[in-house]
Parts: sequence; structure tokens; C-alpha cells
Amino acid sequence: MNPWLYGVALVVAGVLAVLLVVDLVRDRAAQDSHFVGLAVLEVVMLVQLVGGVVALARTERDLEGAVFVSYLVTNLLVPIVAAFLALAERSRVGTTILLLGVATVAGLEVRLWDVWGGRGA
Amino acid sequence: MPERRQPSQALSQGWGRALVFAYGLFAVAATGRSAVQLGMDPDKAPLAYSLSLVAAVLYLVATTCLLLGGNTGWRVAGIAVTIELLGVLSVGTLSYVATDLFPDKTVWSHFGQGYGFLPLVLPLAGLAWLRHTSPA
Repeated sequence: MNPWLYGVALVVAGVLAVLLVVDLVRDRAAQDSHFVGLAVLEVVMLVQLVGGVVALARTERDLEGAVFVSYLVTNLLVPIVAAFLALAERSRVGTTILLLGVATVAGLEVRLWDVWGGRGA
Repeated sequence: MPERRQPSQALSQGWGRALVFAYGLFAVAATGRSAVQLGMDPDKAPLAYSLSLVAAVLYLVATTCLLLGGNTGWRVAGIAVTIELLGVLSVGTLSYVATDLFPDKTVWSHFGQGYGFLPLVLPLAGLAWLRHTSPA
């Protein structure tokens, strides 16, 4: 899969994480800008899911395809679930939830990279 | 007539919602991990794989109980989270001192190192939250 996609996803997740930590320290609820950032991340995840599945179908290499696709789908769902929970909890709890979600996406990006490189489940 | 004691606050609100999210994530992660491990090569590391399955069940039970709430939910969540804490502590220690027992990893190996040590923090946070919402 195109390595740029991991990079873009990690940068977006990283910037969001920094913003969220700043607001967490300031004891603020999740801001509109966070949700816009989350939407951007979601678009990247959508592109990655499509790109990943296409790349998986085209490759000849022996990969753990099920694990790869399950990570892609999970990464698509996590920001949505986190956003809904954060909207229900307009306090620093919501900000924490978004931070957990963004961290999960970043972690799974690293795992995706490993699986695509053939380094185990 | 004895007064029916209810948890002082809904288990799935406030910080409980963050816990539901975290426990839900780990329920999915542990279930996925054990499904892959047991589906591909169950004989490679039976102990590690069955522990992955136990972890998955515990995370699922804890998530469900937090969501359901009530007196029973509070108590069952307490039991699940306590077992989880004992599990992560014992498996974490064993994975360092008795490496031959674990040819493959579980969620709890090395105190959850592969998951940002969250498996170690999560039961402590869970117990603190249950204490905070104690019916007594």
C-alpha cells in the first residue's frame, strides 16, 4: 500500500493528539476544531480502506489479509464511535475519549505498516 | 424493609463513558487477537492463546456491566476487573521470568507493553471508578 497514506494518517493523528492534550490540560471539552480534525482523519481512513483493499487484491505476496482488512475497518469505526461518545460527554472526559480514539488509530497505523511488511499479526 | 442500594451514579456516565470506550476497544482487540491466534495455529502456544481468550471474555463482561449498570452490574464488573488486574500482574510477571511459557504474546504479556501499558492502567482506573460509584 502507498506509504504516503500511513504518513498522512499519522501526521493528522499526531496533530490532533497534540491539540487534544493541550485542551485536556486546560480542562476544556472537545472543541469544534477537534471534530473537524476528526472528520479529516475519517476521510483519510476511508481513502486508506479503499486503497488498502485494492492494494491487497493486487499484491502477489502472502499477507495476513484478514488482519489487515480488520485493522482498516476498525480504524474507520474508531473515530466515529469516539466522536459520538465525546458528544455525549461535553467535558474533559469527552476530550479524553477523543485522545484515546486518536491514539488507537495511530497505534493501528503502525500495526498496518507491520502487517503490510509481512511482520506478523 | 431494607433499602435497595443502587450505585450512587450511573456506571456509564462521566468518566465511566471513557472507561466504556477503553474497555470496548480492548474487548474488540483481545477478541480479534484470540480469534486470529486460535484460528491460525492453536497448538503453537495453548497457554498464551487461552489467556488471550480469557482476557477477551473479561473485557467483554466489564464493558457490558458498565453499560448495564445497576447493583448486579456494579458487582460483576468489580469481579471481572479484579480478575483482570490479577491476570495482567501475574501474566506480566511470568512473561518476564518464565519466557518459555509464552512462545507467543497475549494482551497481558510484559504488562501490556504492546498496547501502551493500557492493560495495566485500565483495571486500576476501573477499580477507582467502581469505588467512586460504590452503592454503600
